[in-house]
Amino acid sequence: MTELFAFLLTGLTVGFVYALVGMGFTVIYNASGIINFAQGEFVMAGGMIMVFLLAGGIPYLPAYLLAIGLTALLGVLLWKLTDLSRDSSQESLIILTLGYAIFLRGAAEVVFDKELHTLPPLLGEGHLTILGATLSYQALLVMAASVLIVAGLWFFFRRTRTGKAMIAVSLDPDAARLMGISLKKIWVLSFSLAAAIASVGGILLTPITSTNYEVGIMLGLKGFAAAITGGLSNPFGAVAGGLILGIMEALVAGYLSSEYKDAVAFVIMLLILFFRPGGLFSHRGVQRV
Amino acid sequence: MRALARRWNLRPALGVTALILALVPWMLSNDFYYEIAILALFNAMIAVGLNLLMGYAGQISLAHGAFAGLGGYIAAILTGRYGLAPLFSIAVSLGIMALLAYGLARPILRLRGHYLAMATLGVGIIVSIILNNEEELTGGTDGMSVESFSLFGHTFTESWEWYLLAALHLLVLLWLAQNLIESPLGRILRSLHDSERAPASVGVNVARYKSLVFVISVVVAALAGSLYAFFSGFISPQEAGFNRSIELVVMVVLGGMGRLYGAVIGAVILTLLPQLLTSFEDYQTLIYGAIIIGVMIFMPKGIVSLFDRWRRRG
Repeated sequence: MTELFAFLLTGLTVGFVYALVGMGFTVIYNASGIINFAQGEFVMAGGMIMVFLLAGGIPYLPAYLLAIGLTALLGVLLWKLTDLSRDSSQESLIILTLGYAIFLRGAAEVVFDKELHTLPPLLGEGHLTILGATLSYQALLVMAASVLIVAGLWFFFRRTRTGKAMIAVSLDPDAARLMGISLKKIWVLSFSLAAAIASVGGILLTPITSTNYEVGIMLGLKGFAAAITGGLSNPFGAVAGGLILGIMEALVAGYLSSEYKDAVAFVIMLLILFFRPGGLFSHRGVQRV
Repeated sequence: MRALARRWNLRPALGVTALILALVPWMLSNDFYYEIAILALFNAMIAVGLNLLMGYAGQISLAHGAFAGLGGYIAAILTGRYGLAPLFSIAVSLGIMALLAYGLARPILRLRGHYLAMATLGVGIIVSIILNNEEELTGGTDGMSVESFSLFGHTFTESWEWYLLAALHLLVLLWLAQNLIESPLGRILRSLHDSERAPASVGVNVARYKSLVFVISVVVAALAGSLYAFFSGFISPQEAGFNRSIELVVMVVLGGMGRLYGAVIGAVILTLLPQLLTSFEDYQTLIYGAIIIGVMIFMPKGIVSLFDRWRRRG
C-alpha cells in the first residue's frame, strides 16, 4: 500500500510537469495552428538559464523571474522566425519547429555546457511523510505551482478579455479578426505564454531530476503525448493527460519494468490516436481534420 | 538508342546521375571518403522512398529512421544469431518490415498532419526503446557487430564493391520510382497530396493507396538500412533513433518535397554536412539547426526550386 502510494506521488510530480509542457503545446496550437516541437527546449532553457544565473551570483528570486522572462523572450523570438516563413504547409511548419528544437539544443551546448546540472531545492531538503510514503518539499512545490498555473490559466481564458480573445482566435481566426482582435498579438502572446509556463516547469523540476542541454527532448515529446491524450483543443485536457501519463509511467516503472517506462507515454498516446483521435475527453465520432 | 531509352523510360536525369556516380570514385582517394559516399548513397535511397510518401502522397513520417534501423537489426540478428545467409536474412527482414508497415498503415494513415506526425513519432520512439532494451538480441545501447556480407559465395570486402552495390541500388530505385510516379498509381498518389476527398469521390480507395506507398517507403528504408548495417559491420540504436528519423525528413524537405532528385541532393548534402563541420565540432548541432530553420524560411520548396528559378530566367 505504501509502495503504491509512493509510486502515485512520484507519478503525480512528473505528471504535473508533463501537464505544464502539454498545456504550452495546446496554447500555441489553439492560437496559431502550429505544433511547436521546441516546447521541451523551453523547459530545458528555463532550468539551464536558472542554473547559470545562480552560478553567476544572482540571488534566487531575481534569477527565477529573469529565467522565466528570458525563456518567454525566446518564445517571442521563435514566433518572429515563424512569421518569416513564407510557406505554411503543415509539413514545413513541423520541420521548422523541429529545427528550432535542434538549434536551441545546440545553442545551450555552446552558451552553457554539456554537463548535468542541478539546483538547490527552494524550500530546503526536507520532506513530508504521507501514509508512509515520502514527498519532498520540492515535489510538493512542483504540484502546488502547477495547480496555481492551471488555475491562473483557467481564470485567464475564462475571465479576462485577452484570454477570451485567444479562445475566440482558436475557434475562428477570421471572425476574431473581424471583431478587432489582433491575430499577431495573440500569436506572440501564445508563444511567450507557452515558453513561460514550460520554463517554470523546468526550473522547479531541476532540483529533482537535474538538467542538461538534452533534457528537453523527452520532456517535450511526453508533454506532447499528454496534450494528445487530453485532446489538443483543450489546454485543461493536457493537465489530465499529463497526470495520467505520469502516474501510468510511475506504476509501470515500479511494478513492471523500469526500462520500458519511457515507452508508456507513447503507447498510451498511440492508443488514443487510434481509437479516440480527438483525445480522451472528446465526444465520440468526432474526427479532427 | 532513343527508341531504346523511350521503351525503357530512361530519362536524361537518370543518365546524368549514372554518369556522376561513375565519375565520383575518381575523387575518392581513400577508404574514408568511400565510406561517406556509400553512406550518402544509402541515405539517398531512404530519402527517395520517403519522398514517395511525403512529397507525392503527402503523408509525413517521423519514424523512417526507426524503420531503416529495425530492418538493419533484423537482418543483422538473423545472420549473426541464427546463421542465415545475408541475402536470405535481408529478404526475411524486408518481409517482416512490409508486414509491420502494412499492419501499421491502416490505423496510422487515417490520421493527418500533426496527428500523423505524432503517431509516427510515437512508433519510432517505441521501436528505438525496444532496440535499446532487448540486450540479449540487440546488444542494447552499445549496439552489435554485423557479419560480413557475402553474395553467392563472394564476400564484399573492398570499398569499391560496396560503392558499386549501393550505386546500382540507387539507380534501379530511381528508375522504379520514376515509373511509379508516371504510372496511373502515381497520379492517384499526387491527387492524395492535394485533397483526399477528390480521389475518394471518384471511387479511388484512398486508404489502400496510402498503405501501399507507406509499405513501399518502409521496405526501401529497411533495404538501405540492412545493406548499410552489413557494410559498416556494426549497428547501434542511434541508427534507429528520433534524431535519425528527423535527419531523413530534413533530407527530403531540404532537397524539395515531391521532386525525385531533390531527395538525392538533400541526402548527399546532409551526409556531407557533418564532415564539413568537423572543425566546428562544438557548433555542429547549432549550425545544423540554423540550416534547417534557414531552409524552411527562405526556400521552403527545397534546393531544387533554385534550379527552377534559374531555368525560368535562362
